[in-house]
Amino acid sequence: MEIRPILASLHKHRVPALLIVLEIALACAVLCNAVFMVAQCVIDGRAPNAIDEQGVSVIHIGGLDGRLAADSVSRDVAALRAMPGVKTVAAINEPPLGPDAMFNGFASKPNEEPQVNSSVYLIGKGAEQALGLKLLQGRYFTDEEYAQGELLPNHQSASHVVLVNQSDAKRWWPGQSALGQQIYSDINTWTVIGVVADVIAQDPSFAGVSGKYSSVFFPQRPSAELNNYILRSDPADRDHVLQQAMQTLGKLEPGAVLEGKTFADVRADYFAGSRNLAWMLVLVCVVMLAVTALGIVGLTSFWVGQRRKQIGIRRAVGASCRQILAYFQTENFLLSTAGVLLGLVLAFAINIYLMRHYEVSRMPWYYLGGGAAALWLLGQLAVLGPALRAASVPPVEATRTI
Amino acid sequence: MLGYYFDLAIRSLKRSPGLTALMILIVGFGVAASMTSYSVFRAVSGDPIPWKSSRLFVPQIDMWGPKGRLDATNNNDPPDAMDYLDATALMRDHRGKYQSAMYRVSPSIVPPDAHMHPINVGGHAVYSEFFAMLDVPFKYGSAWAADSDAQRAAVVVINAKLNQKLFGGNNSVGKTLDIDGKDYRIVGVLDNWTPKPVYYDVVNTGGFTADQEDVFLPFTRAIDVDMQNDGNTNCSEIPKGSGFVGLQQSSCVWISYMVELDDKAAVSSYKNYLDGYFNDQKASGRFNWPLNNRLRDLPAWLESEHVVPSDTKISLVVALGLLIACLVNTAGLLLAKFLRRSSEIGVRRALGAPRMAIYTQFLVEAGTVGLTGGVLGLLLTWIGIHGISWVLPKEIASLARVDLNLLALTLAVAIIATMLAGLYPTFRASRVQPALQLKTN
Repeated sequence: MEIRPILASLHKHRVPALLIVLEIALACAVLCNAVFMVAQCVIDGRAPNAIDEQGVSVIHIGGLDGRLAADSVSRDVAALRAMPGVKTVAAINEPPLGPDAMFNGFASKPNEEPQVNSSVYLIGKGAEQALGLKLLQGRYFTDEEYAQGELLPNHQSASHVVLVNQSDAKRWWPGQSALGQQIYSDINTWTVIGVVADVIAQDPSFAGVSGKYSSVFFPQRPSAELNNYILRSDPADRDHVLQQAMQTLGKLEPGAVLEGKTFADVRADYFAGSRNLAWMLVLVCVVMLAVTALGIVGLTSFWVGQRRKQIGIRRAVGASCRQILAYFQTENFLLSTAGVLLGLVLAFAINIYLMRHYEVSRMPWYYLGGGAAALWLLGQLAVLGPALRAASVPPVEATRTI
Repeated sequence: MLGYYFDLAIRSLKRSPGLTALMILIVGFGVAASMTSYSVFRAVSGDPIPWKSSRLFVPQIDMWGPKGRLDATNNNDPPDAMDYLDATALMRDHRGKYQSAMYRVSPSIVPPDAHMHPINVGGHAVYSEFFAMLDVPFKYGSAWAADSDAQRAAVVVINAKLNQKLFGGNNSVGKTLDIDGKDYRIVGVLDNWTPKPVYYDVVNTGGFTADQEDVFLPFTRAIDVDMQNDGNTNCSEIPKGSGFVGLQQSSCVWISYMVELDDKAAVSSYKNYLDGYFNDQKASGRFNWPLNNRLRDLPAWLESEHVVPSDTKISLVVALGLLIACLVNTAGLLLAKFLRRSSEIGVRRALGAPRMAIYTQFLVEAGTVGLTGGVLGLLLTWIGIHGISWVLPKEIASLARVDLNLLALTLAVAIIATMLAGLYPTFRASRVQPALQLKTN
């Protein structure tokens, strides 16, 4: 295919050509960034979390009298455990992805400044089964350790043992076993007795990238801090069990304020904002692609209409239908290429702007490649209709005056 | 003449209905997308108390010093809330016209109706001047008297919604309410006061929150009965004492503070007072770092706290990008449409029409497309605003409203944008050489 005649013709119609290039560039820039952000939202929303999310429900209990809380918690847990369909129950200060996060910084060496917001999970007896934690190394807490666990006046656990996330174990003691190691905060020290598969933070967006999988678990005896109950049941009758449990608790604690949710809902609610943003971006992408495709169809149709006579002459002097088709396709490919190149620069600039002003990370190159390929394809599809119409121009057109 | 051009435009647009529909759709979509996100943006970035915002100030004292900086990017700003010690000292000195320290509480209420379950409510512990400072509207009763603050009186102001729920909307002033197991006398009922953002305490509410503000009770009373802080607590050092009392003795920040200063003199004298307060504390050995106070007025404060959610900003940017893309497309289609009529233009020019007339004719045609697209855009914007709750959080989406301004703006944006897009095509059309066109025909 000779491209010089195409270039000459484009040179003659500079502005329409430039408009198509601009359209493609804008679409490419917006598409790359939007798809990238959608992907980020999806990845965030699916963040792994090593607990039994399908089987777990959470009931938040508020308004308990602080002095009587210890008794209430023991009584409530016992009552819930006795319910049919409930596998295990335990109390916890705050579930993963919960709203009232408790963060603290820990260091692996004494007097070192902690750099990461770690989520502090104070768990009541049996919470490892209730949550469905996955123990990778070491052991869980003993009954005695649970019985001794409480909060000191400085808001640190009085216990001397701790379970840590796998990520933390790797971060603090790379290449070593975490078991038996110490972590430090303020004047307190804890010995790691077990490592669990990564449990997500209580408020990952506050915890930031570094704190997303930094979770530590301390044993805690029944107390006012444990104001969430974790219920584990068969996923099939989870909703029913939760409903029953709410009724049981309502009778048991008439003065308390109860709020029950399945963990699936806890997750859905936490990520509702980013999920909605993702849908909006998808909508924008679809409209953008449709508008661009229609724009290309419109302009190329006009072009074809204007050049009917030239096409007729080419056909009359021996060009085949296929060659006419190829002409318009090649022309569109050239325009798309220019548009995509410009669009990639623009996409990169937008990404840098978003990085500077919002919490958006750097876009990997394959989004740019994907966006470019999508627009090349879109351009070829959009031009197909007008190009086929051009190819069907009969040679006799050359002999007509209009 | 304009009427005639309008008629011509309608005829020309009718002649190629497909292309016309395409342009109208594109303009409509672009305008609707940008107007919908703009309406949300306008709602969240608006001034919550326009008649007074320049007279409300938020003082910040650097009680943590450089070691407590959370992040260096934030202009070296001191903490954005106050510890108990400084907040109560500022209240005691009472240098503004009105001022109030406040913190968020979430007590439980046992409804007077024995059949109802206890409920958790949200609210703030404030000083009596809070209500006068923020022009809070009362439906029944009034704020508590200043001496109730000093006496730590068990009084409460409730919001209209809670009054509706508990007392069926009747005047409940003088009745008692069981809050956290203690009786409070209701002194006032607000006239459904739900400012968005919750500008008096953005630190603890993030500005936009679905949480209700149901009760307001005296700060001193709340401290007295150990009513826990339900907002954020940030510490640069771990409190030495335990519990709520330990928090009050610590340098942890958890209290918001607002002060009304009516003129420049008052602002500068308050600034001097604040600096003097810091220097006194420094002299007494509490601080060993340089003075770094702030006294921002409300608009500046909301800006520095990034109250406008970044989701909202991103969607505005994205929607504007979409609008620009739509305009480029419209420009392309108009160009195609106008140049197809070169022969018509040639005839008009040959018959003596000046370039200006061609210009006017085609701009009117572009404007007509814009107007029609704008009407479609209005419809889509209306749908968009009612459907935005599907995309943005409820507490933000509910703020977006259709009003006359927005309608007028939508139409104006559509017409002006389309005419802008039509500028180059029109220019090209007016440059058509009459002789050449007549010859080829």
